[in-house]
Amino acid sequence: MTRDQFRPEAHDHDHFLLTTVVGSYPKPKWLHRARDLFEDEDSKFDAEAFEEAKDDAARLITREHERCGLDVVVDGEMRRNEMVEYFAHRIDGYEFNGPVKVWGHNYFDKPSVVDEVEYGEEWLVSEYEFTSDVATQPVKVPITGPYTLAYWSFNEVYEDSEQLAYELAELVNEEIEALVDAGARYIQIDEPALATTPDDHAIVGECLERIVDDIPEDVRVGLHVCYGDYSRIYPEILDYPVDEFDIELCNGGYEQLDVFKEPAFTKDLAMGVVDIHAREIEPVAEIKENIKKALEIVPPEQLTVSPDCGLKLLPREVAYQKMENMVTAAREVEAELDAGEIEVESPAPSADD
Amino acid sequence: MTEIVSTTPGLYPLPDWAKEDLKDLKGNQKEDLISGDEGPEIQAAYEEVRTEFIDAQKAAGLDRIVEGQGRWDDMIAHPLVVHDDVETRGIVRYYDNNNFYREPVVTDELEATGDVAAELESAAGQVDDALQAVLPGPYSLADLATDEYYDDSEAFLAAIADFLADEAGQFPDVETLFLLEPSLVENSPADGEDERASEAIDTVATATDADVVAYPYWGALEEKVYAHVMDADIDALGFDLVSNHDENVYNAQEYGTPDDVALGVVDGQNTEIESPETISDRVEWFAERTQQNDYSRIYATTNTETFYLPVNRFEEKLEALGAVQKTEVKA
Repeated sequence: MTRDQFRPEAHDHDHFLLTTVVGSYPKPKWLHRARDLFEDEDSKFDAEAFEEAKDDAARLITREHERCGLDVVVDGEMRRNEMVEYFAHRIDGYEFNGPVKVWGHNYFDKPSVVDEVEYGEEWLVSEYEFTSDVATQPVKVPITGPYTLAYWSFNEVYEDSEQLAYELAELVNEEIEALVDAGARYIQIDEPALATTPDDHAIVGECLERIVDDIPEDVRVGLHVCYGDYSRIYPEILDYPVDEFDIELCNGGYEQLDVFKEPAFTKDLAMGVVDIHAREIEPVAEIKENIKKALEIVPPEQLTVSPDCGLKLLPREVAYQKMENMVTAAREVEAELDAGEIEVESPAPSADD
Repeated sequence: MTEIVSTTPGLYPLPDWAKEDLKDLKGNQKEDLISGDEGPEIQAAYEEVRTEFIDAQKAAGLDRIVEGQGRWDDMIAHPLVVHDDVETRGIVRYYDNNNFYREPVVTDELEATGDVAAELESAAGQVDDALQAVLPGPYSLADLATDEYYDDSEAFLAAIADFLADEAGQFPDVETLFLLEPSLVENSPADGEDERASEAIDTVATATDADVVAYPYWGALEEKVYAHVMDADIDALGFDLVSNHDENVYNAQEYGTPDDVALGVVDGQNTEIESPETISDRVEWFAERTQQNDYSRIYATTNTETFYLPVNRFEEKLEALGAVQKTEVKA
């Protein structure tokens, strides 16, 4: 079990529901302003000043996550502009040609692979080291998965996107090895592209085999997939070499909950219990009910409590309040479990888990 | 002699300045997108976009000039979203792409709006005699939309076909009309539905004097669907050779083609640039294997719309296509 290492020493309850977030968090307005100044050729605001601004933001948001009581924190991805662009800028073989449409007037700087991909500058090690220096809680590292990096790029070099994904998986493996050497113990692979092409679950599985190759067993590896038809990838994903699945169910009103009941969910489950697309702050009582739905799938020992997805689209005060309510709800459910007031319906984990 | 005609299926990427300006003028939430009643400032921006599109095609030397469909925020669902009796609801996925459009829901009887005709009128003043119109094919438009009025899929498809025919009837003189029919591949019609899809194309095709090209993409038509589409009164049928050349050439060998064909030989969804020689080779490859069809005209085009591309690569693709007729094509 990779989970116990994240249980705080001074935890008040016998039961422990691991609370964390998916990754992104609203950036402070002044950080956007700092980026604008940095990109403005006429401004004196230089690279050094921009780095300082990003350090300040990472420090601030890491602490903000700790203040609301999360067991495992992140820096809110303050240094990352977008989940594919950030990595493509650091991988040799990519180039950028300009924005392309996603929908309406929403665009994405979709990169092109124009040469064989190779590990260029480091991706996340310094981000991790900075965050773990600031944090008193354990730190999780979200990293965009190779399938998404491949399928959300133009491929001019490899025979197909599948081959590109496998090459990128080797680079992700290299980065995770470096992160582990730096002390990271909780890695989350983000693969939102799988939701759009669920028939490719075998390709993602093959990528994950490459990603976890030679990664020590005590390192917790999670996989985040959001906004798709989970029935098309479940139960196949149970064969993936990961410890935890992080899924979004709150936005869909838990319509897909039953998908995960048969066959039994044998991995750890990180389930979305607050909706990141709604500005209304869910009250603690409502979040507790959502957590209890997760207990229909897994016992408390396998449960991680988390928002549906990254919080970055929400106003910052809303994001904060959602996290705080989520942690309160988790602690209250733990107390009720301790007191035997909640009956756990899900099957107990089998001996070989 | 086979005439090679370079063209595109339209739906171009907005110039980068227009991406910014129009986002500022309109907003970027779903309720801010095009509804057909935009004010003068937004209209002026789109006028400028249209002129840039036309100039780029002229400079590239394309044989057919499209209006470019810069206003089509919802891709080929556009003719419905500007209709008063169509509600636009949630954002839904556009085929298997990382792109989304607003779901159009038909709530009352459909009548032509003249929206696309007005775009073409504006373009016509800048194009001498090579103007090409673009519309969704009726099967695809019905597939992308939701019906809450006709209450019957047969009646709905027929109503969409009549609606598109009336839109086409309002067009100024155009040389060619491309009917984009990706749903014929992506959501292949069942038995009976295939015949009605063909009749629907026929309805639109007979409403115009232009040469009509039915253009399916993202694969090849199933054989039975192909056979039915061949019954429609069209001048040319499209073949997406980028996504599936083998099954497409098989269909053309096995079931014949109309007098003309449109060949998707340039990848509308990848930044890698095809040279004019590669484009010619692909056209030749198809023509050689289907010699019995004796084409009078072959349209050489991108296999899909081009809004997927960044602007620089899009323009290079236009230039490569425009250069094609200057090289030797033995078809």
